[in-house]
Amino acid sequence: MKVFFLRIYDVYQFSRRFWKEAFLPPYEYKEVLNQFFEVGIRSLSIISLTGFITGLVFTKQSRSSLAEFGATSWLPSLMAIALLRALAPLVTALIIAGKVGSNIGAEIGSMRVTEQIEAMEVSSTNPFKFLVVSRVLATTCIVPVLAIYMGFIGLMGAFVNVYNNEQTSFVSFFQQAFVRITFLDLFVLVLKSAVYGYTIGMTGCFTGWNADQGTVGVGRAANTAVVVSMFLIFIEEMLMVTLVNNYR
Amino acid sequence: MATDTSEKYHKHSPAAIDCNNPVITLRNIRKSFGSLEVLKGIDLDVCKGENVVVLGRSGSGKSVLIKIIAGLLWPDEGTVRVLDKEIDRQDARELQELRSKIGFSFQGSALYDGMTVRANLEFPLVRNKRNLSGQEVDKAIRQVLEDVGLSRTIDQMPAELSGGQKKRIGIARTLILHPEIMLYDEPTAGLDPVTSVEINDLINDVQQRYNTSAVIITHDLTCAKSTGERVIMLSEGKFLRQGSFEEVFHTDDPAIKNFYNYNFISDS
Repeated sequence: MKVFFLRIYDVYQFSRRFWKEAFLPPYEYKEVLNQFFEVGIRSLSIISLTGFITGLVFTKQSRSSLAEFGATSWLPSLMAIALLRALAPLVTALIIAGKVGSNIGAEIGSMRVTEQIEAMEVSSTNPFKFLVVSRVLATTCIVPVLAIYMGFIGLMGAFVNVYNNEQTSFVSFFQQAFVRITFLDLFVLVLKSAVYGYTIGMTGCFTGWNADQGTVGVGRAANTAVVVSMFLIFIEEMLMVTLVNNYR
Repeated sequence: MATDTSEKYHKHSPAAIDCNNPVITLRNIRKSFGSLEVLKGIDLDVCKGENVVVLGRSGSGKSVLIKIIAGLLWPDEGTVRVLDKEIDRQDARELQELRSKIGFSFQGSALYDGMTVRANLEFPLVRNKRNLSGQEVDKAIRQVLEDVGLSRTIDQMPAELSGGQKKRIGIARTLILHPEIMLYDEPTAGLDPVTSVEINDLINDVQQRYNTSAVIITHDLTCAKSTGERVIMLSEGKFLRQGSFEEVFHTDDPAIKNFYNYNFISDS
C-alpha cells in the first residue's frame, strides 16, 4: 500500500514538473513539431481505416434495428451522435495509446537504461523538456485533431452504407447528421480527446522515465504505458460522460 | 585517507599541472543505496591539468563517485566543489552552466540512437551556444571529429559504428563544448587491446590539446598506467592507496596485489 501511494506521489511530482517546464523557456520547438509529425501524420492511416470501418459497420448493424420501427432515416443523426459523442474520441485514444503510448514508453525507457538521458543532462540540456514536454504536448494537441478526423471519416463510412441503401445525397446526409449535434458535443469531443492525449503522453513518458533493469525494464515500460493509459482512459470516459450528461 | 597531490606523483607533464587551485574537491563524501553503503568518506583533490585514475573492482563505487562529481547523483554527506562552485548549492540554471564545463564519457558511450553522428554532436552545441551560425556549427563538428580521427563517420548512425568508434564519438560530443574537466567512466571496457590503446592515447591527446583535467574510472591497469599522473585504489567505498602507478602497486597489501595479479600475469 505504501508503495502504491509513493507511486501516486511520483506521478504527481512528474505532472507538476511538466506544467512548470512547459511554460519556461527555452522551448524545444523543433522537437515539438517533430513529435506532432510522429503522433499525427504517422497515425493517419490506421485512424482512417479504423474510422471508416467503424462508421460503415456500426451503420450496417444499426440498420436492421431501426428498420423494425421504420426509422432508418434517423441513421445519419444516430451515427453522428454515436461517433462524435463517444466512438471517435474513445477509439482514437485507444489506438493512440497502443501505437504511440507504447512507442514513447519504449523509446524513453531505452534511453534511460542506456544512459542517454544522463548524457543529455551532463551536456547541459534539459532532457525533461526535450523528451517529456515535447511528447506530452504533441499527444495532448494531436489526439483531438485525430478524433475530429476520425469522426469525419466514420461519417463517410456511414454515408457509404446509407447511400448504397437509400441513395441519399452527400449534402442531405450531412445535413441530417448534424441536426442533433450541438456546440457542447463538439466542445466535449475536443476536451475529452485532449484529456486522453495528455493521459497517453504522461503515462508513456512516466513509465519510460522510470524504467530500470535493462531491456526487461524497457519492455515493461512499453507494456505498462499501454495498459495503464487504457485503464485511465476508460475511467476518464466514465467520469466525463456522467459529468457532461448532468449539463445536458 | 588524506589526499596528497604533491608533484611527486605527476609523471606526464608536471609543468602543466597547477595544484594551487584544485578543479575538483571532494570532502567526506558518503553515499548509500538502501542499507548498502557504497562510499564511506571520500576525500579527493584533482589539480588543474591532472589526469587522476580511480581503480577498483566492479561494485566498489567508482561510477557512483564520478556521477556525484557530475551532479547526476547527490551524496548523503560531504561537499563537492567543482571549478570553485559547490554543486549542491547551484540552482538548475547554474548547474546547467557548470555542466557545460564538464565532459562525461559514458561506459556505453550513450550516443543518441535516433540521431546521426552529426546530430549527436550538434545536439549539445546548439543548445549551449545558441548564437552560432550554421557554418560555425558545421566547422566545430568537423574539427572535433578530426580531433578524434573519425571525420568519415559524420553521416553514419550510431548502430553502424564499432565499439571503439562509439567511444570516440562519445568523447567528441563532450569535447565540442570545450570542457575544462573530463570524466571517463570505464573508457576501455569491452574494447579489444589495440582499440584500448588507441582510446588511452586519445585520452592523453585530449588532455594536451584541450588542456583538461580528468577523472578516469577504470579497472584496466594498462589504461591506468598510460593515462594517469596519479592513481587511486578504491576498495569497499574507501581509498586504499594513491600515488604514481608504481607507488600504488609497490606494496604487500593482498587486496592491491590480487588486483594487480588479476590484470597482469604475475611472475610470482
